[in-house]
This record gives sequence, C-alpha cells and structure tokens, in this order.
Amino acid sequence: MIPLNWYLILGAVLFLIGVLGFFLKRNIIALLLFVEIMLNAVNLTFVAFSSRHGEISGQVFVFFVLVVAAAEAAVGLALVIAMFRNRESLNVDRSNLLRW
Amino acid sequence: MIEILFFFFAALAIGAAINVLVQKHVLYGALSLILMLTAVSALFILLRADFLAVIQVIVYAGAIMVLFVFVIMLLNLPVDEDGPDRLRWLKFLGIPLGLFFLFLVVATLSNVEGGAAAQARITGDAEAIGRSLFTDYLLPFEITSLLILIALMGAVVFAKKDL
Repeated sequence: MIPLNWYLILGAVLFLIGVLGFFLKRNIIALLLFVEIMLNAVNLTFVAFSSRHGEISGQVFVFFVLVVAAAEAAVGLALVIAMFRNRESLNVDRSNLLRW
Repeated sequence: MIEILFFFFAALAIGAAINVLVQKHVLYGALSLILMLTAVSALFILLRADFLAVIQVIVYAGAIMVLFVFVIMLLNLPVDEDGPDRLRWLKFLGIPLGLFFLFLVVATLSNVEGGAAAQARITGDAEAIGRSLFTDYLLPFEITSLLILIALMGAVVFAKKDL
C-alpha cells in the first residue's frame, strides 16, 4: 500500500516541471506541451485522492479534464497553424503586436 | 513489490518530463511527453483506475499527441529560431526560485494526513465511472459535448486559409 503523500509529491513535482517549462521555453508548441504536463499532474492528484477516499467522483473529474485538454489541444494547434502562416515563426516573443 | 513499481514509473514520469524541458527540438519533446503519459497511465493502474489508464493511453498518447506530432511535422519548423533571447536572465532567477518552491511543496505535502482511508477500495472500471457520469454528473457531461462542438468549430475557423 503506497501512502497518499508519495502520489501528491509526484504530482507536485510534475506540476512544477510544467510551470518551469512554461516560463523557460519560447516555442508556442512547447508551451502547449507543458500545459499537458500540468494537466496530467493534476489528474494524478485527483486519482490519488479518489483512490484514497473510495470515491469515484475524482475519476469522473479526470474524465472532464481530459475532455478539456482535448479541446484545448485542438483549438491551440489550430491557432499555432494560423500564427505560423502569418508570421513564419513560433516564437512567442515575436508576437508582440499588442504590446504597449 | 508495488513500491518498486511505483518508484520505477514515478522516476520514468519525472525523467521524461525533464527530458521535455531540456530537448532543443520540440518534436523530441513531444515524443518524450508520450513516454511520460504512458508512465502516468501505469500509475493509474497502480491506483486501480483501470478505465482512466486505458483512456489516458487512447486519448492522450493516441489522439492528442498524434495531433501534436502531426502539426509539428506539418509546419516544418526551423531547427532553432531563438534569436536574441530577451529572457536569458530568467533562467538564473527562475530555477532557484522553482527549486525553493518545490522544497516548500514537498515539505508541506509529506506531512499531509489525507483523512481517513476508505474502508472498501474502489475499482475505477468503466461501469462505475459510467454509472456516476450518467447519474450525478449528467448535466456537466452534456455541457461537455457542447464544449467539444465549439472547439471543433473553432479549430476549423482558425485553420482556414483566409483568416
């Protein structure tokens, strides 16, 4: 029987890697990848609590997070394609049209 | 025995996630992310969430990551397109602060009690999740279909030629 803390710590470490990558990378596709890592860390925490408390609702929530991740990937990648077509670059620093 | 499996897959997940961080080309990062998703799905099996483990492999590693890899290969990216990095100093500030935050989180989480453990362990098979999804969570489920529809239309509109 694995303690709950180990799963929580693993989820926190994965989430931290996701946040770190989100701030360090400049490629917009890489940013979307790190959003997926963060969503997975949260999913792991949900399932760990669900298993601990004997409550199926946590796993249903993971299901919804999965749906949102799929929608986010579809719209995000469509935006990436539109951005690449207009600017020939995926660097988020170059998309500064609205910067004051 | 199960602890060994946990440590193996946890190390695999963390290593793959760090590999996503250090890879220069985003395609290798995406392939490494598939490894991380598979490791997380194995952890789901250890938590007896069988249905979610299968869905994780099919939907995440199967559908979403194929979409990512497809777009990366379609766009034919230049190998490095960094230019002058405006945020280079951020690495020297961000990594120590991130490690400090990690220390705080781990120190806090290792003391979590987590409440009383459940008497009966549940198995997250398709029947249990489907029963909960179509009774308690019926309205969110239906709204989810609306979200998917909107995302579908949005993706088509954004990817059109003359935006």
